[in-house]
Amino acid sequence: MTVYLLALVLFCVGIYGVLRKRNLIKIILGIIIAEHAVLLFFILVGYRLNGRAPILSPDAPITQMVDPLPQALVLTAIVIGLATTALLIALAMRLYGKYGTYDIAKIRELRG
Amino acid sequence: MNDTALLIPSFVVVPLAAAFVNSLLGSRIKGLPALLGGLTTVTLLVLSLVAIQRVQVVPTMVYAVGGWKLPIGIAMVLDGLTSFMLVTVNMVAFAIAVYATEYMERFTSKAMFYTLFLLMLTGMNGVIVSGDLFNLFVFLEIAGVASYALVAFGTERHELEAAFKYAVMGTVGSLFILLGITFLYSVTSTLNMADMSLVLGDHRNSNLILMVSVLFLMGFGLKAALVPFHAWLPDAHPSAPAPISAMLSGVLIKTLGVYALCRIFYNVIGFTPALSSILMFLGTLSMVVGVLLAIGQRDLKRLLAYSSISQVGYIVLGVGLGTPLGILGGVFHLFNHSVFKSLLFLNSGAVEYATGTRDLQKMGGLGRKMPVTRATNFVASMSIAGIPPFSGFWSKLLIIIATVQAGHLGYAVWAVMVSVLTLALFVTVLKDTFLGEPRQAWQDVKEVPGLMQASMVALALICVASGMLLLPRVKDAFLHPATAIFVEGSNYAQVILGKI
Repeated sequence: MTVYLLALVLFCVGIYGVLRKRNLIKIILGIIIAEHAVLLFFILVGYRLNGRAPILSPDAPITQMVDPLPQALVLTAIVIGLATTALLIALAMRLYGKYGTYDIAKIRELRG
Repeated sequence: MNDTALLIPSFVVVPLAAAFVNSLLGSRIKGLPALLGGLTTVTLLVLSLVAIQRVQVVPTMVYAVGGWKLPIGIAMVLDGLTSFMLVTVNMVAFAIAVYATEYMERFTSKAMFYTLFLLMLTGMNGVIVSGDLFNLFVFLEIAGVASYALVAFGTERHELEAAFKYAVMGTVGSLFILLGITFLYSVTSTLNMADMSLVLGDHRNSNLILMVSVLFLMGFGLKAALVPFHAWLPDAHPSAPAPISAMLSGVLIKTLGVYALCRIFYNVIGFTPALSSILMFLGTLSMVVGVLLAIGQRDLKRLLAYSSISQVGYIVLGVGLGTPLGILGGVFHLFNHSVFKSLLFLNSGAVEYATGTRDLQKMGGLGRKMPVTRATNFVASMSIAGIPPFSGFWSKLLIIIATVQAGHLGYAVWAVMVSVLTLALFVTVLKDTFLGEPRQAWQDVKEVPGLMQASMVALALICVASGMLLLPRVKDAFLHPATAIFVEGSNYAQVILGKI
């Protein structure tokens, strides 16, 4: 149970970073933290108590394996996360080039 | 495996392959990107019309990706709602691809534009045909990432700022969706949407499902820009190049937001009265707040973006009613809004192309110089305002009648009032932009090039004609199968699993 709660705490830390931080890079870090909290949680959902790695072998029973599907899905989600993060960082760099700052309070030109 | 089943994956494969070829060769061969974009979208349009025709014969078709046995493998589904959405998306995409051939001349890298455009189309078509929840998420992210990049396409200060905001909010929305999928998987141990619905069976009212509903409502609400989650839209949509604004407002928010929300709530989780009242409330709130914020905007595209929020509210209100008539109205309004909002954004793009400004107060008297833009803009404005016989009138009428029938008189009154406000809004826009004497500054303004005109005229014709979709026989072919999917609800599971 504790690990699930820790994943929740990590998620909240990430969302806090996104909502409260004013630095673009810290916002991106918040997104990364929140994303990895969700991915960790997904892995935990597939975990079985005292389970072993999901490798099919003739001498071991299938019943003790952890669920392999979330692991495969999380790999996909990590790749997606990589694409999003790369794009966000590229945008942050271009914004720095235009404004000379990472502070979102100074970048806020669009309003209303 | 017959040819009908092969039709389904081609909606994803064709634009994906075109995007790949384009990214390799597009920058080397001049003219290839535009040609490829046009050809791909016209192919997809034809395929989706074929899909409509096939759905008349076999109402539901399932394709197993890679031949893996369902429900373990990934499923792609073609049914009434899918084919309806495919036609809507690909028709708008075709008009936009044609428009962009001329419009994007001013930007430096047309090849990259078309690559991203086709990737976005891949994502949207994928979301529509996917019968697998995680796959839906993957396609949603493909469309999402492509659209973040497209919003930043101009790489000026405003574009970058809007794109950053959009990307952050979009990613957070996706995280909520992924979290919802995780919880659903933990209960059902399956990802196939039909199988999931079957496993959920009777214990749909547990607290966990409630939590999943809230997560999905936040996630897809962010994608659909329903009012508490709308903050990114008025920045992102105006900042993109006009064809992309048309794509984003016209179809992206509906495919990633409204369609995915409805598919999951109606067919997987199950539609409850509580959810119905939440959707109706959010819909009405978006409707009212959107139009109130739109009034007084000076930037033409920003005004249109706010009005998109308002019109999506109508769709959500109609669909959220849950009665067949309300759903019919919602679905019909979804189609109509795709057409006229794309057209309005293309018009704003044409005005910007000719004059270089989006500021309503600097325009005026453009009508004589740009007759085609004025005429198509008139059709679209009257359509969005709900003036008979243009398309928007019929769909709004259906939604309002359905709201009254369901006994929600208050919501109906709001819907009528918002419609009046929309009319006032767009009459003002028409006056500010096109009517009156031409200003000195606009003496040399010329009408936009032929292909841009052609795509605007085509969309305007659809606006005028789409009232005909309510004629009995046409309705049975196009709108009715889409509505039927909502009405059948969790029977979806039996229908799909029966096909495996």
